[in-house]
Amino acid sequence: MSEPTGAVVHVPNDYKSDVKPVWCPGCGDFGVLNAMAKAMARLALRPEEVAVVSGIGCSSRIPAYTSCYGFHGVHGRALPTGTGLKIARPDLTVVVTGGDGDGYSIGGNHFLHACRRNVDLTYIVMDNRVYGMTKGQPSPTTETDWTSKLAPHGTGMNEFHPMAIALAAGANFIARGFTGDPNGLADIIVQAITTPGFSFIEVLSPCVTFRPEQKEWKKTVRAGNLSSTADVALAARQIFADDGMNLGVLYAGDRPPYQPPLGAASRTVADLEAEFTL
Amino acid sequence: MSERNNALPRTADELMARACALEAEAAARYADLAHLMRAHHNAEVAALFDKLARIEGLHRDQILARMGWTGAPDPDAFRWETPEGPETTDYGDLHYLMTPWHALRLAEHNERRAAEFYEGLALNEALPRDLRAVAAESAGEEREHVRLIQEWLAKFPAPEPGWDEDPDPPNGVD
Repeated sequence: MSEPTGAVVHVPNDYKSDVKPVWCPGCGDFGVLNAMAKAMARLALRPEEVAVVSGIGCSSRIPAYTSCYGFHGVHGRALPTGTGLKIARPDLTVVVTGGDGDGYSIGGNHFLHACRRNVDLTYIVMDNRVYGMTKGQPSPTTETDWTSKLAPHGTGMNEFHPMAIALAAGANFIARGFTGDPNGLADIIVQAITTPGFSFIEVLSPCVTFRPEQKEWKKTVRAGNLSSTADVALAARQIFADDGMNLGVLYAGDRPPYQPPLGAASRTVADLEAEFTL
Repeated sequence: MSERNNALPRTADELMARACALEAEAAARYADLAHLMRAHHNAEVAALFDKLARIEGLHRDQILARMGWTGAPDPDAFRWETPEGPETTDYGDLHYLMTPWHALRLAEHNERRAAEFYEGLALNEALPRDLRAVAAESAGEEREHVRLIQEWLAKFPAPEPGWDEDPDPPNGVD
């Protein structure tokens, strides 16, 4: 009898390293790791053709869990690192990853300018609306009235709206996924990687330890409720009616990515090293 | 880009490919869960997940032997009606303080979903009769697994309310 149908050359496990995640059981970030591996397999990318760059936080551990090139950088600075890498090595598929604290607080300014610069990379933010690694402080996307031992009266501040900011700042692809649907999320990541320019994916990724109520997200998300458009005004209208639980692609534009011409290196490695000599 | 098979199985062989993928994904997930429970010092649940991984691996191997295949197909080659394979545990359903009772409830849920997957095919009059017969047989096997897990579950008490309360929850160090 012949081998079963469905055999493929690239399987998701090819993109996972031998390092096992230490995320809390129940953490949404497992779903993102799975979805990224599935997306890369579907795109038949070789692991050495992909670089995963991150900042700091629970979700930023993800490069170590992949078999791709990885850079676990400093807090909030994943986007400038990824931008520099993509400009210097346009042949690589660059995926920048991190959490809501890393990306929207200390890295918030980089987020704005990455959107408007429109370098061809994909930015995946695992949003659990809390700083999990440091035990549950409110983050920029934490709801105004969410109270905890560390914020007994709530934040009293307006929430940051990542998709609205991304659209206003010029991101070329904007979508929202959910970790409870890794196959649906993988479809979005495939679209993000194959759309030229800066692609932003907000991923609802529950923190079961510090935001256990987020386990209910699997009942409240609405798959396919965003309709993809290339019209900024139509996308903006959808955002005004959005409660943060609609999934899918919001916007896919056609702005050419920023990629300066690569000339010959003007300085040697020795020149660069000399600049750091004290 | 690799294409994913969105269509219903049309032959018994195609159905068995899905069955094999389903068991393979479930086994791999249980093995993964065992590892992460061990990382969080929950040895009892880790051992149980290890056992479930071995059981699902045996089911996968039985299908391979029956069909004369050398390797299981990639579960991601198929589109399922559920977010992942019908017998795959959702990572989001875990908790580091969970007990064997919770783990077995998850396993019971998974077996039930697998039974429903096969029952849906068995009842689909648009599919060939021989395929529906195989699907009905598989559904019966999965229902038997549900019954076995319920027996197993009866050996563990349901946890008291507040089992997941932890005055000093984990934190990570970068």
